[in-house]
Amino acid sequence: MTNSLVTVAYIAASALFILSLAGLSHQETARKGNIYGILGMVIALGATALSAEVTSYSTLAAVVIPGGIIGAIVASRVAMTSMPELVAILHSFVGLAAVLVGIANYLQPESGLSGAEEAIHHIEIYLGVFIGAITFTGSIVAFAKLRAIIGSKPLMLPARHFLNIGMLVGSVILGTQFMGAASTSGLQPLLIMTAIASLLGIHLVAAIGGADMPVVISMLNSYSGWAAAAAGFMLGNDLLIITGALVGSSGAILSYIMCKAMNRGFLSVILGGFGAAPKSGGSKSADAPVGEATSTTIEDTVELLKNAKNVIIAPGYGMAVAQAQHPVAQITKILRDRGTNVRFGIHPVAGRLPGHMNVLLAEANVPYDIVLEMDEINEDFTETDLVLVIGANDTVNPSALTDPESPIAGMPVLEVWNAKNVVVMKRGMSSGYAGVDNPLFYNDNTEMLFGDARQNVDAILGQLAALNTKTAVAA
Amino acid sequence: MTVADQKLVNADQTLEPKTGLKIGIPKEVFSGERRVAATPDTAKTLQKMGFEVLVESHAGADATFSDQVYRQAGCQIIADAAQLWDTADIILKVRAPQMHPTLNRHEAELLNEGKTLISFIWPAQNEDLLKQLAERQANVLAMDAIPRISRAQKMDALSSMANIAGYRAVVEAANHFGRFFTGQITAAGKVPPAKVLVIGAGVAGLAAIGAARGLGAVVRAFDTRPVVKEQVQSMGAEFLELEFEEDGTGAGGYAKTMSPEFIAAEMALFAEQAQDVDIIITTALIPGKKAPLLITKEMVESMKEGSVVVDMAAEQGGNCEVTRPNEVYQHHGVTIVGLTDLPSRMANQSSHLYGNNLCHLLKDMGGAEGYKIDLEDEVVRGATVLQAGKITWPPPQVSQPSPPKPAVEVKQPAIPVEPEEVKGQSVIGQWLPLIAVGAALFGIGLTAPPSFLTHFTVFVLACFVGWQVIWNVAPALHTPLMSVTNAISGIIILGGMLQISGPLGSPTTILGAIAILVGTINIAGGFLVTQRMLQMFRK
Repeated sequence: MTNSLVTVAYIAASALFILSLAGLSHQETARKGNIYGILGMVIALGATALSAEVTSYSTLAAVVIPGGIIGAIVASRVAMTSMPELVAILHSFVGLAAVLVGIANYLQPESGLSGAEEAIHHIEIYLGVFIGAITFTGSIVAFAKLRAIIGSKPLMLPARHFLNIGMLVGSVILGTQFMGAASTSGLQPLLIMTAIASLLGIHLVAAIGGADMPVVISMLNSYSGWAAAAAGFMLGNDLLIITGALVGSSGAILSYIMCKAMNRGFLSVILGGFGAAPKSGGSKSADAPVGEATSTTIEDTVELLKNAKNVIIAPGYGMAVAQAQHPVAQITKILRDRGTNVRFGIHPVAGRLPGHMNVLLAEANVPYDIVLEMDEINEDFTETDLVLVIGANDTVNPSALTDPESPIAGMPVLEVWNAKNVVVMKRGMSSGYAGVDNPLFYNDNTEMLFGDARQNVDAILGQLAALNTKTAVAA
Repeated sequence: MTVADQKLVNADQTLEPKTGLKIGIPKEVFSGERRVAATPDTAKTLQKMGFEVLVESHAGADATFSDQVYRQAGCQIIADAAQLWDTADIILKVRAPQMHPTLNRHEAELLNEGKTLISFIWPAQNEDLLKQLAERQANVLAMDAIPRISRAQKMDALSSMANIAGYRAVVEAANHFGRFFTGQITAAGKVPPAKVLVIGAGVAGLAAIGAARGLGAVVRAFDTRPVVKEQVQSMGAEFLELEFEEDGTGAGGYAKTMSPEFIAAEMALFAEQAQDVDIIITTALIPGKKAPLLITKEMVESMKEGSVVVDMAAEQGGNCEVTRPNEVYQHHGVTIVGLTDLPSRMANQSSHLYGNNLCHLLKDMGGAEGYKIDLEDEVVRGATVLQAGKITWPPPQVSQPSPPKPAVEVKQPAIPVEPEEVKGQSVIGQWLPLIAVGAALFGIGLTAPPSFLTHFTVFVLACFVGWQVIWNVAPALHTPLMSVTNAISGIIILGGMLQISGPLGSPTTILGAIAILVGTINIAGGFLVTQRMLQMFRK
């Protein structure tokens, strides 16, 4: 295949990638979008494989085939609740690949560049490896946190900001050495920098707690894109640059949306440490919610569900942990068959991944037109008879709006307390990730249903189903 | 009345008004108007916000709220209308001000300087009234001018009244229709279900569909805006469609005037339907224009005897050629209902909902303590037609998205208050990043070789494309988006592919090969898992 043909194929692939992302903007076109993406990838890989620069097909086949098989197995096995982990580990692969490609490129025999071109080439390699290494280790830590292999509490090293800055400065110093090195003797500083960047990646993500995971994952997504773009620069490959930029900006936008949903600055999330700030402030204790939380039973909850005309379910990470989405979907179906208007209110940062709740509910066959965003549904809580909060806490905390002292002040939340009744399913009275007490639990119209979400939801489902067959027999 | 009775129990605990701001509820003077701007319930809500509520004697009598109940709800009853207008700071009314029959003065003249009137005004149709009110140097908020945005839905009195009117239209139709709505097979014989055609599926139309369906009728509906099809179907009606492509969605979710070809096709459909259906309910309105003529005299005459036409647009000229406003009469055996006071015929319900709309508006304006007419507030700005005697109507034009539940809310540009003052600082603030970017580009241009610049161009443009495309992605699809971008970023294996063709044992080849391996896992895994996820999303 001639060079021009390869270039044309790359143009086609770039266009298909853009169409793929555009297709994802609506449910109706999303599947087509994915197919565009696959098509683009096939064209790009095929054209590269056929180009003059690639000759060792046996090596290629020896790695592509097992890689493809492993990927396929992982994709078909993964449970929807562990989607965040999968995404995180896949990011780490991109990071690793970027590091490897960068180092390999540096070791490649003389490229015939000189002067400014060579300097720029070296900067590109250095940057690509740096970003790749951070993405690689950062994603692995994120994966471990999501898998609960390590605790999701933020790691608070003393003087952690200085550590970060120190590592950055070290990388820059090594960078100057690397630039000055002749031929491939710069390998040593490059490798040391890779190690430092890996540490930086670990430290950055370790300092970020569980509830900020949506931001972290979007951020790593973005990094993996920039790493690909940097690889494109060093190889002089426009397709890589375009794709990397697309992915990079996509991740950046997602991070921005997630930060906005939590009313937090991007930097404050990245630098970590949220929730560990001293929360014993004098004014806080004075404002601490007073009163007692009333607890309720399964029977009473079923009674409430039976009599409600309008029900909104507000799920959170707790539903994902308890894998309760299937019984919740069945409850929804039963209630809808009874003529109850059931909808779901999804907070943008519910779960550990942007859009996590939507995927879980979709898996359980909940029609997507009753799954609404926070902004769409917040006005409707006043006309709602019953809100079921399943494993959510900070995203339904009224103090975000009422208490300016609260660490989550100003964060948009689902205004569930405006409904006539609220039933909160929770394991205990512990505070949410943000470590903020939730006055919602003490409201007069709030009742707590303690216990494992899965068991409770199953019990409710059982009683509702029994009720339904009874009425069916009576009729 | 039961609602009011429940409230008697805790009437004693009425909160003391803190600010002394008084709200006055006069009796409506429009003849036949039964509604009132506050019920005992909403009066209590107002008191909770810190207002003191004064009610004119017998104000709620026609809506079945006696003075006694108001008194128990903590309101002060004032016998004299003039005194009420004098004492109250804020007047809440239903109908626009008009000649007061017993005082022999125009209600506008009763409104004193600095006070606020909130009611339906219809400023476009009532320019004289607007001028008259302006002379009084008072503030006037028109409930009919509240913008149709999500946040203001709870204040949208037009919708709440239309809802009631739609329901009542069916009740009126049933009243004049001599048959069951629901089909029945009885021992005495078979009864076919009534067929109802609803034209115009706005709030009123949808309410009518719901009520007619509730009675058991077969309901068909027509609307020029295809977006309402799903809403119609969700109410259980059949959506009639023309084989004609034209979207009738206008600004603010209202309908617009259609092309002559469209109207011809539409009329043919109605003529055909008229012979088949038993009841026609028309609700077609175009803002600021005479109601479109949809049902001709011939169509009415082609209907079966005993059929009913309810023309809800009677006040704006009628959708039916033979409608006589405010009259119910028979034309060729077909009962034509041209009532214009449908909400008023359910005064208890309408007063309650309208009162709630008012409460929400006053709450939005800050309740009694923070009470102010804040023109920065999009909703208040839209409703305010007069501020301290200055006509502030119409508000600055902002086109709103059309569906009742807009998926994307158009951000309304804030109304600049003191543009001159702000400008000085913001100019520097605005240009600084641009200047910095420009300088950086200049630096790159000076030092970088051309080969780099070509790639750089591609990079920057791709960033922009990505930026534009990603903003459109629905939040529900964020997870699939991530897995797709993940798969796509596996394209990095191209880098590996270009490096494995050297000698087999060289470090470059080995590193490249590993990169390809992990990258392929990424590509295959990412695309397949996306496919799996997307298959689960269903309607």
